[in-house]
Amino acid sequence: MQVSIDSTLLERDRTWSQLMRAAQSGERTAYERLLRDVTPFIRSIVRRHCNNRADIEEMVQDTLLTLHRVRHTYDPARPFGPWLAAIASRRSIDALRRRVRVSKFEAPEDGAYETFADAAANSDLEAVRSSEEIAQMLGRLPPKQREALEALKLKEMSLAEASVSSGQSVAALKVNAHRALKALRALFHERSP
Amino acid sequence: MTQTDDLIESLAADLTPVQPLRPPPLRALLWFAVVAVIALLVVWPFANLSIFMGRMQVPRIALECAGSLFTAIASIVAAFELSIPGRSKRWAALPLAPLVLWLGASGMGCLANGMGMPLAHGESPHCFMFIVGASAPLSIALFWMLRRARPISPLPVAALATLGVAASAATLLQFFHPFDITVIDLAFHLAAVGCVVLLGAALRRPLLSAQ
Repeated sequence: MQVSIDSTLLERDRTWSQLMRAAQSGERTAYERLLRDVTPFIRSIVRRHCNNRADIEEMVQDTLLTLHRVRHTYDPARPFGPWLAAIASRRSIDALRRRVRVSKFEAPEDGAYETFADAAANSDLEAVRSSEEIAQMLGRLPPKQREALEALKLKEMSLAEASVSSGQSVAALKVNAHRALKALRALFHERSP
Repeated sequence: MTQTDDLIESLAADLTPVQPLRPPPLRALLWFAVVAVIALLVVWPFANLSIFMGRMQVPRIALECAGSLFTAIASIVAAFELSIPGRSKRWAALPLAPLVLWLGASGMGCLANGMGMPLAHGESPHCFMFIVGASAPLSIALFWMLRRARPISPLPVAALATLGVAASAATLLQFFHPFDITVIDLAFHLAAVGCVVLLGAALRRPLLSAQ
């Protein structure tokens, strides 16, 4: 039984290795098949580090992006599984560390999400209700910051998707989105002192 | 269709052919070839080879030199290996044995000199400057090669690379070090190696992160 499982895993690794070799030479169909085939494998590794579904998908996407970026480092003469597993583990650990770092400086504020029956109590929100005004303020942001904010906050893309669509790195996206929010806050204060 | 499916589609659509990296030992060899050429062009004309050869007749000094040389080789090979995902973490231990040999032989030198005041301790700051100064251009060349792999764990790669570079510089220093090592010399050498490694580790992200 064990021999049969081993030979199946070996066969699977051989297939992935062949697909990756084809991907390195630019075959898109082989690459797409490889990425679809390895996604459950990546997910199983990420699950060892995290049990939140949304976070798992984010880590899986981050791993796929890293795989894409470092695909030239795969040596077709070596097994594919350990190469991919190392990337998935690394990305999961990095994401968890990032989370711990962020949670040290941020705390959820439930009141921030509350709205009140009395419209006057929501005056801050009312003040910026006009979508035209918001669009105008967005227009005053630098293009990269606007792009990051639109992708992450308005279109609700994941970091990985936003990175692909905008061409900005994940780190740059985070920085630009943060700066954009800061700039918007300043603009809001400016118009309603 | 999920966001992950969309991502897979866009990654496949963006695919371009890539040239797989050469095996790490071969890339390490290439770097040493560059260093050897630099050493021949820069060191050879200024080094006092007869004094160097004379010092190499002393087994302890020859061991010290071999220790620093093999520390350089082992560290650089390990750095190239660890820059590739999935390589064993045990590569990081490769420079340990030559490092112990290097430090041991240097320590023996201090003992042989009676731990006393050095003959030429005024030269020690120059040794420091030489190791740090020579490490800078060697590091640039090495990090330029290493960043091609876009290491996913940059810390061990940067630390090993800079240890290798500092050990290479310390080996080159032997050509300009006509006196035996003293405690102060050793302290300056170690401080220089430590500075280079710490600087490399601190700058790992800008030096090794993907373009």
